[in-house]
Amino acid sequence: MSKLSSQGIKMMKYRIEIVVRRKSGVADPEGNTINDALRRLGHNEVSSVRVAKLFDIFVKSDDAFKARDAAVKIAQEVLVNPVIENFEILDIEEVQ
Amino acid sequence: MNAGVVIFPGSNCDRDTYWALSHTGLNVSYLWHEDSELGDVDFVILPGGFSYGDYLRTGAFARFSPVMRAVSDFAGKGGIVLGICNGFQILQEAGLLPGAMLPNKSLRFICDWTYISIENRNSPFTSNIRDGNVLKIPIAHFEGNFFCDDENLERIESNGQVVFRYSDESGDVILSRNPNGSLNNIAGISNERGNVLGMMPHPERASEEILGSDDGKRIFKSVAEWLTGNS
Repeated sequence: MSKLSSQGIKMMKYRIEIVVRRKSGVADPEGNTINDALRRLGHNEVSSVRVAKLFDIFVKSDDAFKARDAAVKIAQEVLVNPVIENFEILDIEEVQ
Repeated sequence: MNAGVVIFPGSNCDRDTYWALSHTGLNVSYLWHEDSELGDVDFVILPGGFSYGDYLRTGAFARFSPVMRAVSDFAGKGGIVLGICNGFQILQEAGLLPGAMLPNKSLRFICDWTYISIENRNSPFTSNIRDGNVLKIPIAHFEGNFFCDDENLERIESNGQVVFRYSDESGDVILSRNPNGSLNNIAGISNERGNVLGMMPHPERASEEILGSDDGKRIFKSVAEWLTGNS
């Protein structure tokens, strides 16, 4: 729901979808276990599995670019440990 | 000499650590996660536990607590800081120690005795351990699988920052005694300056003979003697 801020700027709400993945080369024992199980079940088409974390961050902002910038900062500051992880913004949508 | 044990929401080894430290001749007090000053301490210990419920990543939120700003300043001035288990993870998240912890290779929480060989004897944490080069100290963790990239690993190794490695009882560092998959059997590392140490094994749980080992106490005693000798 958009509404006016105290300065009279129209504020929107955005849902920003951020995925945090382990960097390539960083072991993923959980992914390996799932991979092994899938192959045991006969899914021989599966070659590997990587587990990742998905965040939906809801941000109030007057435009989508600012909302995105805020999300990038949040990801860098909190969501990701840069030693082992990286992130990608998958989607931004305006929500009610 | 004064030691301070930091309590975060979810710390659960704080009392054991306090007990063990108080039997090494140190005056021990607790520090609260909301404290923004450490007071008159010479040695800060971040104990084990599950700070902030291990949410997001182990140690991820503890680094934003007011006390960690003070701990960073203290470490920056050369103050002696020890992070045990979750305390180690917090120091990594805070950027005071390199690397990060991945889940154990087995994907199991491991609670077991380990032997660790002393790899660096110039550290305040080991320099006063005079006899023997192996310590029997237990681990209890799910995320103790030390990881960093090749470049950093090489730097850590060549700087002598590896203080403890998992070994057998005679001190041989062998893969079969690596409990969690950590790179190069790393059990404990220091910062470049050597005043900050993180270790996954719990020295406070090996500080009484009746508990199976008092080797952990030797680490605390080493620091106590080092502080006395450098005051």
